[in-house]
Amino acid sequence: MKLAILSGKGGTGKTFVAVNLAAVADKAVYIDCDVEEPNGRLFLKPTDTKETVVTTLIPQFDGTKCTACRKCVDFCRFNALVLVKDKPMVFTEICHSCGGCPLVCPEGAITEIEKPVGVVETGQSANVHVVTGCMNLGEASGIPVINAALSQDLKDSELTVIDCPPGTACSAMESADYADYCVIVVEPTAFGLHNFKMVYELVTVLNKPCGVIINKADGEYHEVEKFCDEHNIPILCRIPYSSKLASLGAGAQVASLYDEKTAKLFHDLLTDIKKEVHS
Amino acid sequence: MRKLLILSGKGGTGKTTVAAAFIDFLSVGAFADCDVDAPNLHIVTEFTDKPEQKDYYGSQKAQINQEKCVGCGICEDACRFNAIKLINGKAQVDEYACEGCSVCQFVCPHDSVMMVDDVAGKQILYRDERVFSTAKLKMGRGNSGKLVTEVKNTLFKSSDAEFAILDGSPGIGCPVIASVTGVDLVLIVAEPSVSGMHDMERILKTADILGVKTAVCVNKYDVSPQTTEKINQYCLDNNIPFVGKVPYDIQASKAINAGHSLASVDCPAREALKTICTNTLKLMEEKQS
Repeated sequence: MKLAILSGKGGTGKTFVAVNLAAVADKAVYIDCDVEEPNGRLFLKPTDTKETVVTTLIPQFDGTKCTACRKCVDFCRFNALVLVKDKPMVFTEICHSCGGCPLVCPEGAITEIEKPVGVVETGQSANVHVVTGCMNLGEASGIPVINAALSQDLKDSELTVIDCPPGTACSAMESADYADYCVIVVEPTAFGLHNFKMVYELVTVLNKPCGVIINKADGEYHEVEKFCDEHNIPILCRIPYSSKLASLGAGAQVASLYDEKTAKLFHDLLTDIKKEVHS
Repeated sequence: MRKLLILSGKGGTGKTTVAAAFIDFLSVGAFADCDVDAPNLHIVTEFTDKPEQKDYYGSQKAQINQEKCVGCGICEDACRFNAIKLINGKAQVDEYACEGCSVCQFVCPHDSVMMVDDVAGKQILYRDERVFSTAKLKMGRGNSGKLVTEVKNTLFKSSDAEFAILDGSPGIGCPVIASVTGVDLVLIVAEPSVSGMHDMERILKTADILGVKTAVCVNKYDVSPQTTEKINQYCLDNNIPFVGKVPYDIQASKAINAGHSLASVDCPAREALKTICTNTLKLMEEKQS
């Protein structure tokens, strides 16, 4: 079973839910796809970690062959190439590694070389195999690192929990598309509702079954429940705001390991999700 | 026009709450929401008139002429984004995976690929005596940095106000990089948690790489006064102005749910935000002179 933990809005508790679900399972793989700001490993504190560098391909120009014909510059849809004093140059952060420029170059002056864009770290934390994608600072796209992280899922994994990036753009979609069930963590505020609607649209397009967790529920704002009701979305559980959970979270502690009530909540949640997935 | 951008690294630390309060404190005439894949500022800015809207075109997408396609699979092999698959002997493009590079069009021996315009979102412009530029990216679309640049340019073209506030997006990637270009100061709203501090360090280092000045404030500081102190110390050590801290205040989410900023609510968080606002402005004036 592969679960994507999504939210739309940032800071609603994706990582909190993801690490606790993984921690209460007999055995699990946790994959952090929020590669711009990966935080799950701060909670799970994996040991025996190994790092693999993630690279993408960028063009390299052979000055002795290049005739400055501009064909590569004109072909590049991402404006990643320029001619400076009749020499082609690449803006590596903008390059999408499409492989077009070496194809169009009539002189065979372009080859591709690998450029590091991030790392994937793997390690173990009790029963959880922890995979973390971490994008290098200054890079624009996390997609190559997300794919590299997802490729580290264990073949025989019974439960894989994917901690997705916030928002509803390509990186959230790429992460969620790998899963067979989406868990949307919603904060019951006007901001939370608005972004929840956007992420629900994303899940619908991906054609994935989904359920909702209302986090930091204080019982005052009911618009999220109303929306779930209208769209027939199961509410998997409500987690009330508590200063104890907030303080454990602030200290990067996996709450289930310190608090029996929370452990039970996530145990039950996991059982319910399994039922939903198999129904 | 002087420009203040609000960022955070980690999501949900209170960027929009801070931005909305500053906009009302200072009666700011020009502002924008650069968080195009989860925009929220429009919920609390109280415009009565309907906004102007226009389609945003991102990168073009490949389209296969099904009559011309012979199903040779050359495009499928050449596509680096796994966006093309042969289905019933004809090439099919996955619009979400296609990045519009046009390599398929180049390699197709039968001239069956066309590159067509794609609506990747919507740009929205509100006006009264103020101007507010925002947008909504179509879900699953890439290239959000380009839309952020459009949102900013639209604001700058539509307003001659002296001061602008830009509400940013979480993370450190493409939309954040696009939002940072050309601003005078980035105010980071940090959260006093291990994650919040870790993410704050990543956004501060990214801002440094991009060569923009930063300042830091802490939201919900009473969740962990110890971590707040660590953040303060980090700022001192790295010569980054620490402009203040805001207590957790239930009034904040109440105000947001009612559709307005904290500026009109008499509460401790508002007073703390006022101090931060004054300190931030002072910093921008110093930077200018």
